Amino acid sequence: MKASKPAEIVSRAVMSDAKTSTARRRISITGEHLWRWLTAALLIFFAVVMITPFLWLVSSSLKTQLQIFQYPPVWIPDPIRWDNYVRALTARPFHLYFLNTMTIASLNVIAVVLTSSFCAYGFARIHFPGRDFWFAVVIATLLLPGVITIVPNFVIFTRLGWVDTILPLTVPLFFGGGAFNIFLLRQFFRTIPEELADAARIDGCSEFGIYWRIYMPLAKPALITVAIFTFLAAWNDLLGPVIYLRSPGNWTLAQGLSSFVGVFGGNWELQMAAATAMTLPIIILFFFAQRYFIRGIVLTGLK
Amino acid sequence: MAIWRTDRKAPGLTLVQRRTIIGYIFIAPFILGVILWWLLPAAVAAHLSLHRWNLISPPRFVGLDNFERLFADPLLMQSLHATFIFTIFSVPIGLAFAFFLASLLTTRIRGIAIFRTIYFLPSIVPAVAGAVLWAWIFNTEFGLLNVIVRELGGPRIAWLQDPNWTMAAFIILSTWGVGGTMIIYLAGLQGIPTMYYEAADIDGAGRWAKVRHITLPLMSPIIFFTLILGLIGSMQVFTSAFLITNGGPQNATLFLVLYIYRMAFQSLHMGYAAVLSWLLFFILVVLSLIVFRYFGRRVYYEN
Repeated sequence: MKASKPAEIVSRAVMSDAKTSTARRRISITGEHLWRWLTAALLIFFAVVMITPFLWLVSSSLKTQLQIFQYPPVWIPDPIRWDNYVRALTARPFHLYFLNTMTIASLNVIAVVLTSSFCAYGFARIHFPGRDFWFAVVIATLLLPGVITIVPNFVIFTRLGWVDTILPLTVPLFFGGGAFNIFLLRQFFRTIPEELADAARIDGCSEFGIYWRIYMPLAKPALITVAIFTFLAAWNDLLGPVIYLRSPGNWTLAQGLSSFVGVFGGNWELQMAAATAMTLPIIILFFFAQRYFIRGIVLTGLK
Repeated sequence: MAIWRTDRKAPGLTLVQRRTIIGYIFIAPFILGVILWWLLPAAVAAHLSLHRWNLISPPRFVGLDNFERLFADPLLMQSLHATFIFTIFSVPIGLAFAFFLASLLTTRIRGIAIFRTIYFLPSIVPAVAGAVLWAWIFNTEFGLLNVIVRELGGPRIAWLQDPNWTMAAFIILSTWGVGGTMIIYLAGLQGIPTMYYEAADIDGAGRWAKVRHITLPLMSPIIFFTLILGLIGSMQVFTSAFLITNGGPQNATLFLVLYIYRMAFQSLHMGYAAVLSWLLFFILVVLSLIVFRYFGRRVYYEN
């Protein structure tokens, strides 16, 4: 409780200094103490609440069928069935699903990093008539979710012969990469001093050069953030793949896992093993890139 | 690469004209994207909505039949009801819980970062994995939640089979994932200058008065923003309902996007599905306008 020391020192100082310290003040100090304990208790209580589903997930994924249906439930499986993971991940061609997911996710990341930043530079640093109008369009589409266009888009992609390919899930992102990412990167570009661009212009650098050689390297943290969120969206998406990827060989991880649900109705341990396997890479990614996660969320919320 | 230069006057082009051309080149991907993935789908949806079409036989013009059907569709009423009930409960509960957790996290205690991570982690669990996990937690016989309820002396709740409880289950599930909102609030709370609170202390303000007159007004733009995002997000809930209950029991979780999905891709009523998409668009716009008008006014901006 090192952190509580300054508060204690202050409270002691207040107590001794002010000889006139009234009963009321003392009450408020013990109240402060009580409040800290209450906060600590609540912090721990909700930590338990939030983490229990994870523990249940991992614990269930390592149980035998017998222990899954044991009452009261055991938390530490005995024996620990690592084999569940092998069985779950070979019940379907998950290596193929992983490859498909990674292909879609990588293409999306490339699309967003390149085209969102490209548009964002135009909105952030070039002054031209009509820019404000188009930026208003960015803001307007920011609030419109893609689901409202799934029906007509399906018709369009059917006409193009793109159904059962990854094209409907990748090509659209090459057109600006989504209003949200343009918005986020534009905000970031505007924090880079314009003098840098002006100086480069005087030195004869082209606008494309300024964008590519000055703004892109400086915007690396924001680009990583955008890349991570794009990756997560592709990794997690179910609606898009379910609509467009028909033959099982083209499926993504999300589809593969969801196909478990009906078939393996009673085999909860296998479902949990597959769910853990799908979650673990994201958790690992989070621990490696924590500050980019947090920065991205904060940027979306405060700007 | 002369085209990229904004500094030199090329013959026949003024500086403004050059900047305009370059500016539009930069934002061209976005403009093309708006045309291809918003305007074209809107036109296709308008066309579809006047036709009856099952993707196989040629579309048949039916005038406004699809729109009339809106008013005589009990399933749609059920779907709207489910979506609104979910929104009305999950959004305020989620925002309040996120705010509460963020407030807890402002305490200066050693190891607070661990709590922050624990509270945040559920929000990055892939939706499919989360749905599979919670389907198991809500299991009537062996699920963790009923084990706890039973230990506390509660009744055996059929979370996913009893239409009266399913909505509660979905609200619990969505509340588990409020970590992102919490991080936004936490950043906001930490951005409030401590001098405001110190000044309030000098004036003898109590804890509630400080929350009411300092924290909430300063946080109101952020709360407003998360409210909008929360509303839009909850209007398009799909994955969890698709996997856990598939709309049941008795259509209690037939959320609007799930209904559109079924109408388009299972019943193959493309025309009516297009009309339902228009309806979702209309609802989102009206909802946003109401929130902007009603809450936007109450938002306090510092400058």
